[in-house]
Amino acid sequence: MEKEKKVNVPYSRCIIPIGPIYPALKEPININVTLDKEKITDVDIRLGYAHRGIEALAQKRNIIQSLYLVERVCGICSHSHGSCYIQTIEEIGGIKPPERAIYIRTIMMELERMHSHMLWLGVTAYGIGFDTFFMYAMRVREKVLDIFEEATGNRVQHSLNTIGGIRADLTPQIISKIQQLLLEVDKTVQFMLDVLNSTTVENRLKGIGILKKEDAEKFCVVGPLARASGVEYDVRTEDPYAAYGDFKDYFSRITSTKGDTYARAEVRTLEIKESGKIIRAILDKLPGGAIKVDGSALKLSRSIREGEAMTRVEAARGELFYYIKTDGKDGFKRVKIRTPTLANVICLKDLLLGLEVADIPVVVASIDPCISCADR
Amino acid sequence: MGKISTRSRLKSPWLFHINSGSCNGCDIEVLATLTPRYDAERFGCSLVGSPRHADILLVTGPVTRQMISRIVRTYKQMPEPKAVVAVGTCAASGGPFKGSYSIEGPIDTILPVDAYVVGCPPRPEAIIKGIIEALTRKFG
Ligand code: SF4
Repeated sequence: MEKEKKVNVPYSRCIIPIGPIYPALKEPININVTLDKEKITDVDIRLGYAHRGIEALAQKRNIIQSLYLVERVCGICSHSHGSCYIQTIEEIGGIKPPERAIYIRTIMMELERMHSHMLWLGVTAYGIGFDTFFMYAMRVREKVLDIFEEATGNRVQHSLNTIGGIRADLTPQIISKIQQLLLEVDKTVQFMLDVLNSTTVENRLKGIGILKKEDAEKFCVVGPLARASGVEYDVRTEDPYAAYGDFKDYFSRITSTKGDTYARAEVRTLEIKESGKIIRAILDKLPGGAIKVDGSALKLSRSIREGEAMTRVEAARGELFYYIKTDGKDGFKRVKIRTPTLANVICLKDLLLGLEVADIPVVVASIDPCISCADR
Repeated sequence: MGKISTRSRLKSPWLFHINSGSCNGCDIEVLATLTPRYDAERFGCSLVGSPRHADILLVTGPVTRQMISRIVRTYKQMPEPKAVVAVGTCAASGGPFKGSYSIEGPIDTILPVDAYVVGCPPRPEAIIKGIIEALTRKFG
């Protein structure tokens, strides 16, 4: 029999479009990867599928209405958005909320970081086909959501903030529930670290999607992604806002030098623990008193003069930035939101080049993209 | 044959979830519906990766201009009979984003909707109820 003739056709450019509707990504983003055999040779990222025009919408609405609008930029870090917005407004109006309100805001921010990181761990586990861990992470996350529900009335969109304070107080029952939760979370973190230490997970995550420190600085990435690459930057310690200035010594900045997917998982897991420490410290020192300044929110919002301000907060995914210019008539001239994902998504191309197709879901998940944030 | 397929659809509806530009809140709640606490899988619901396998389409979000053609295409790919559940206030009415230049929704102006689940975001129990409602209406 004649030997089969070997055909030597070079794999010409094979482009696989991923998204905008894709089962592994829950959000609409389009990534076109060009392949040479199994290797990724080019990546093209397209955003904008979830663009809702929030910045323009805010300019048509008044200050209180926009508060509830900006919270809906993102369903995972809605409290960070709301707090950053309200901080900026309070800075323009010269309103100083009572200490208790600021402390409770900070507690909520840390709880939010916890549930966001847990969700991330779950999604990453899902990305490597480790469904059990995904389910486990989601189960623990539900307990954090329970606290949110009890404290604010809603599981996801809390709408806790209002001008000059917060809407709902933490009762002693909720505080004791938070303390119980923290004990559980500590155990969970230990378990998660054990799981991460298993060889199977290590093999899938170590050395994949490396972002070097120089590159991290060049791309200006933020948040846990930057910290996992050794960039020592955290708005909570660099430019303390809310109550972080008073609790600087109670937590440490988690960094890693390796910069791979595994380092990102480790940094985020340990950050859950640090969040627990902050919450404990704040609960110990929680002052009594009012939770908002006198006067109705409507009156306060009408009293805000023309002016501009910018503030930053460290959301779960990194630095979140708000610039607001008011027109003095309860409206805005400009609302600018810069979200962490917009900064982070750029490095995706660098991370994916040279990897194999099977690594795409986990590497994309590892930067913790929140497309609804990025598109606004 | 028809009887068997109707019964299996009622027993085990397969879902496909589409994000039409939502804020993520609803998507996370759809995910929470399928995870241990609420566990919709005990009713046989399962999230599938392709619209060609799905019986029910879960739509979240206010339908942005970029997504409109993609949603219609996805819907066309689903086999008959099919049901659509609008999850969240956004999908039902446009919600907080109503009036924006890039919103073309709500979804019922584009696809026939069988059940609305309102709430911002709706609770997982409500989403399960919406799925069951759509099922009994369409296949029951
Ligand atoms: S209904 Fe609410 S939670 Fe759901 S997508 Fe719309 S804004 Fe987000």
